[in-house]
Order: sequence, then C-alpha cells, then structure tokens
Amino acid sequence: MTRPQEISVVDTDLELPQEGFIELEGYIDNIKTTKGALIEILHKAQEIFGYLPRDVQLYIARKLGIPGVEVFGVVSFYSYFNVKPMGKHTISVCMGTACFVRGADKIINKLKDNLGIESNEITEDGLFSLKDVRCIGACGLAPVILVDDKVYGRVKEDQVNEIIDKYR
Amino acid sequence: MKVDSLQKLNQIREEQRQENANNSIVKKILICAGTGCLASESEKLLEILNHVIKARKCGDKVKVVKTGCFGFCEQGPILKIEPDDVFYVRVVPKDARTIIDDHIIQGKIVERLLYEEPTSNKRIEKQEDMPFYKKQMRLAIRNCGLINPEDVYEYIEHEGYSALGKVLTEMTQYSVIDEIKKSGLRGRGGGGFPTGLKWEITKNQHGNTKFIICNADEGDPGAFMDRSILEGDPHGVIEAMAIGGYAIGAHKGIVYIRAEYPMAISRLNSAIIQARDLGLLGENILGTDFNFDIEFKLGAGAFVCGEETALINSCEGKRGEPNYKPPYPAEEGYWGYPTCVNNVETFANIPPIILQGSTWFSSIGTEKSRGTKVFALAGKINNVGLVEVPMGTTLREIIYDIGGGIQEGHQFKAVQTGGPSGGVITEKDLDTPIDYDNLLGIGSMMGSGGMIVLDDRDSMVNMAKFYLQFTMDESCGRCTPCRIGTKRMYELLVKISNGEGTMADIDALKQLSYMVKNSSLCGLGQTAPNPVISTMKYFWDEYMELIKDVDYPVREGTSQINSRVGIKV
Repeated sequence: MTRPQEISVVDTDLELPQEGFIELEGYIDNIKTTKGALIEILHKAQEIFGYLPRDVQLYIARKLGIPGVEVFGVVSFYSYFNVKPMGKHTISVCMGTACFVRGADKIINKLKDNLGIESNEITEDGLFSLKDVRCIGACGLAPVILVDDKVYGRVKEDQVNEIIDKYR
Repeated sequence: MKVDSLQKLNQIREEQRQENANNSIVKKILICAGTGCLASESEKLLEILNHVIKARKCGDKVKVVKTGCFGFCEQGPILKIEPDDVFYVRVVPKDARTIIDDHIIQGKIVERLLYEEPTSNKRIEKQEDMPFYKKQMRLAIRNCGLINPEDVYEYIEHEGYSALGKVLTEMTQYSVIDEIKKSGLRGRGGGGFPTGLKWEITKNQHGNTKFIICNADEGDPGAFMDRSILEGDPHGVIEAMAIGGYAIGAHKGIVYIRAEYPMAISRLNSAIIQARDLGLLGENILGTDFNFDIEFKLGAGAFVCGEETALINSCEGKRGEPNYKPPYPAEEGYWGYPTCVNNVETFANIPPIILQGSTWFSSIGTEKSRGTKVFALAGKINNVGLVEVPMGTTLREIIYDIGGGIQEGHQFKAVQTGGPSGGVITEKDLDTPIDYDNLLGIGSMMGSGGMIVLDDRDSMVNMAKFYLQFTMDESCGRCTPCRIGTKRMYELLVKISNGEGTMADIDALKQLSYMVKNSSLCGLGQTAPNPVISTMKYFWDEYMELIKDVDYPVREGTSQINSRVGIKV
C-alpha cells in the first residue's frame, strides 16, 4: 500500500499557506460529525484557499480517512468547486435561459475575444478569470454579468470593454 | 424569551399589533431587497433613504422596511409607501431625497416614478390597479414584499406560526395529512405528485427516525421562485416544514439549498436562529411534546441534484447521482431512513391550507390541479418578474395581461415552460388553461415554473441547442443513454445549425430523442430530449431550412425566404 505522503505532489507553482491547513483542520475537528460532511468541508476549504488543488483534496481525504479518489470524485462532480486557481477578478456571465434569449452568448464571446481566454480559464496576467454560470436570478436585468460580486445588468456588447477596463 | 404555548404566541401577536396601532410612525417605506432589486442598487437606496430621514429629522414619523421580492423585477428597484399604497418603480439612489421631501413631508406623489403602462402611457399609482398585479393571486408568495424577512415578529404579526400552533394543539397526524390530501395540493417542483399522499406514505413507514427535506436546489435556468420565497418569507417555509415533520413523524428537517444563492442562505439561516431562540424550533415546541429542528446543506452546482434521490446522495456528502426507484425515498431515503422530499413552493402553500381549510384551497384552480402556481416570467416580454396565478389561467392572460406583451412590438413566437425538461407552446395553444395535465397534453410540462417567452427573432433550433448543451453539461454520467445520448444529440444540433446537416442527421436526431427519453434512469435524461421533440413538432420548417440535401416542399403560406429551401446540393 502506498503511504499517503508519497502520493502528495505539489502540482502548482503556488505555495499553499500553512495557516490555511491549520484553519481547515480546526474546522474539521469542530464539526459534530464528519459523516456526510464532505461537501461542507470542501466548501470551507475552497473558501480558505480559493480553489481545491490536489494537495488540499488529499489532505481532506487523509483527515477523514477516506480514499483520495472519493474526494476527487465529489470535487469533479460539482461545478462549484474549482481545481485551478482563479484570477484576481472573476467575471461570471449568466447563461440562464432569460439571459441567453437576450443575447448572453454574444456577451460571452466578446469577453472571450477580449480577454483571449475560454470559460474557466485565467488570463496570463492573473487578473481575470471567466466563468459561465447558471441563472443568478436577476432575469429582469438580462443579460447580466457579474464581476466578483458586483452585478452589471442590461449589458450591451459595446459596454463590455468599458466594464473590464474599470478593473484593470 | 421562549414562546412556550399557543396563548403566548397569540399574546405576542396582539402586542405587536397594538404597538403598531399606537405607534407614531405614520408611513412605512417598503423597499424590495430581493436579488433582482439588490442588483440594481436597492441596498444603496435604502442607506440614502435612512440618511435623508435622519437629516430631515422625521425618523419618528417614517420607517424604512426592507422586504422580499415584489415580483416586478423588470421595474426594479421597487419601493412602496404604506398606508398610501403608492408604488414607485425604477427608483435610483438619487431619488431618495425627492421621495422623502415630496411624498413623506409634503404628501405629494412623485409622478415621474410611478409605473407607466406601456400600452396607454398612463401612470398608475396603486399596486392593485396595475395590470401586472390585477390577475394575480398571491398565496405562496403572500408575504414577499409585505414583511421584513429578517424579523420573526413581523411574520408572527401576519398570522405566522399560528398554523403550526393549530396543528400541534388541535390536530392529529392523520387529520393533518387528511387536510392536505383533501386540499388536492400537488408537488410544485414539477412532478405534480399529491403532497398529502407522499406524507401519508412516509408516515406509514415503520421506525422512529424519519426526515423531511426541503428541496431548494432550483436548477432550472430562468426560474427563481424558490429563491424569492426563501428570501422573502423564510419563516413560512420553516413553519411548513415543522407541520410536515409533525404529520409524518420526523424530528429533523433539512433544507438543501444551492450555494449560488448567498442571500437566501443568509436569510434562512437568520430565520432558523430566530425561530430557535423563540423556541419555535427545538424541543417541546409551543409547550407540546413535539421536537423538531432544521439544518441546511449546501449544494455545489449540479442540476441533477433537484431529483430527489440525487439530492439525498448529495446531502450525504456524495456525488449527486440518482438511484433506481423503487425504493422511493419515502421508504428508504436519507441514510436509509424514510424521507419526505418537498419543494419550497409546496411548503409555502401549507400554512394557508391549514389556517383556511382544504375546502377553501380546493375551490381555487382546476379540477385536477388545485391552488395557484408561481411562474417566473422572463425572456422577450415587457414585464419580467414573478407572478402567481390560480391554476386554470390561460397562457394568453399571463403573457399579454400580466406580462404586458412582447418587447419592442415584436411578434410572439412561442413560450417555453418547464425549462430544459419542457417544450415550446405556440400561438394556437395559448388559450389552454394551465394545469399539470393540460400542459403535458400539449407537449410541454409544468416543471418548476420557468416561463421563457420567445419572439420572432429567436431561432428555435438554437433554443433546442441551448437546452441540449445545458442537459449535456449537467448529465451526471451515471447512465449511458443520457451521458452519451445527449452529447450525440448536441453534436447533431450543432451540425444542423451550422447548415451542414443532412436528412439522415434529422432522422438520427429524432431516433436518438426517443431512445434517450425512453431509456434514461432519472427525470433529467427522460425529459432532456423534450425541447428537441417539441421544436421539431411545431417548427419543422426551421429545421428543414437548415438542411442542405433536402428538396423540402414548402407548404403554402408557411414559406419563408431562404435560398436553401428547394435546392438539392
């Protein structure tokens, strides 16, 4: 049997902060029962680290005494969990039906052209990452884009540049 | 303070009403703090309003209350002044001073902020006179836009928790179930299974450990009623879950909610804490021997988790893949115990049924579908928003009377109900009274209540492609027909919409649709081909125009100018 330490490989250039692991450990130790709590723990881990790299997943697996593959299985199943680091600003384009019929596809294509990335990718300078998200529920303002938590409603194609430039 | 008896609860309600009656506050400014309005800066508006009130020193006469969603999202942010019943729309933060100075202090209505009716250009002052609200009957969303969702006392004042009090002190488990059964309430998540029957089945299972789960994993893109209910009236859902828990014999409730709804999560959380503090959740509720508590579990972005067995798997911290049924969750659910899963909107209907009786509730709606239904009206329509109408209302009434018709004077083409699981409804079926069975009859479905209106600029092949892309992405991969079938269907649709499709592709697409529909494991796969099947049925011409090798006989009167039609390549 391979010992867990031997599996662990840091596959990103980014150093993961030690304090993060201490905080996560404290969180896991304090929940009433770890039975069925994997998704909660992953939410917390993503809140701490911003994403869920392999080392964090393996750390959780070891802590809970379950195989790493089980953790990865859950992480890869849900779209809310990221395995790659995100940019400084996350641009989310609502791809709900209401936004789609009012032209969200054009907006996202424009953003892709502008930033030179596809969905779920990060720009070279690490400033932006682009996501297509499901309905955020602001259908009255369709089409909607979110930069971090700020909502921009009734976005027109030619306004896209203007919005991005605010964050450069 | 603990509310340890029904008398105490009634006493609090009376005190609350007395206090309001004696209060010097003469005007209340209700301001919408739903996600839609918050996105258009209603939070900032609220801040500035309070600031102006302080500056004008009229804090003793007027109070600003933030409420849940009014439903009229297109016109947000929305502000209503009571008791004048004046309804202001599209209020921006810099209007705050005008509202306080003109309306509150001088009593003059700010004309330019009133809603303007698009057809007659008349400005309308009162909410009840607005066509958007006239035909509505707000039952599930009764408290949205009326009370402050973060204040349990306001909820209690509006008959809150009295249904729970009635159930715990006057009714047995069976009589609660009977009442719900007689009311004819059916599951509002889309399936339409009779709620009372579901409760009865769960009640009749052996064992003392049972669970009641509230399904708030609203995945349908374009539907947002569950979120609005949780944001605007979280206590209503908590009360109903406690009633359900009592009826089936569960002591633990779980709310499974999307992580993408931060506002709903925080309001629900604070509501649960308030209810616990008052002893309305916890042990010996209202002095009886009934114990009940609620916790919530966060989803993580998977559409399939709206299916009840997948939802239960996700609650257990696993991949949200559906299971074979039977056993149904009512027999073996959360950790193997009998579990009852109901939708948010279903729960929201429970307290009024208990208080006003099943006879009253069953008098609303049609014979097989009682009560009301909340729809999220969106797309190319003038009044985007949340509407609640009695079952049996026609689509035409919803789209033209309530929705105000099509944007920018374009032509109505179709309306998609049921989201990615439903189908399109065309002009000829607009007069069908809406209920579960009628919608199935015309090839669509009720679904969770998303209603996307399309106009003559929308390509139906594109719509089908959009929905297929959605279901392809969201297919959990457990069963082959859905995992591979939806992918192949999407590829065919891409090919067709690029103008490279042949008649053989159309045949393959058709065949695949029925195959995926008939052989998938859960509702996601079984309904995924619906958008394709129904657009093919009603908009065959649009597919044919894109096919390159067909000599398509253009029917008279339906011909559209397109060079491809009739040319064999």
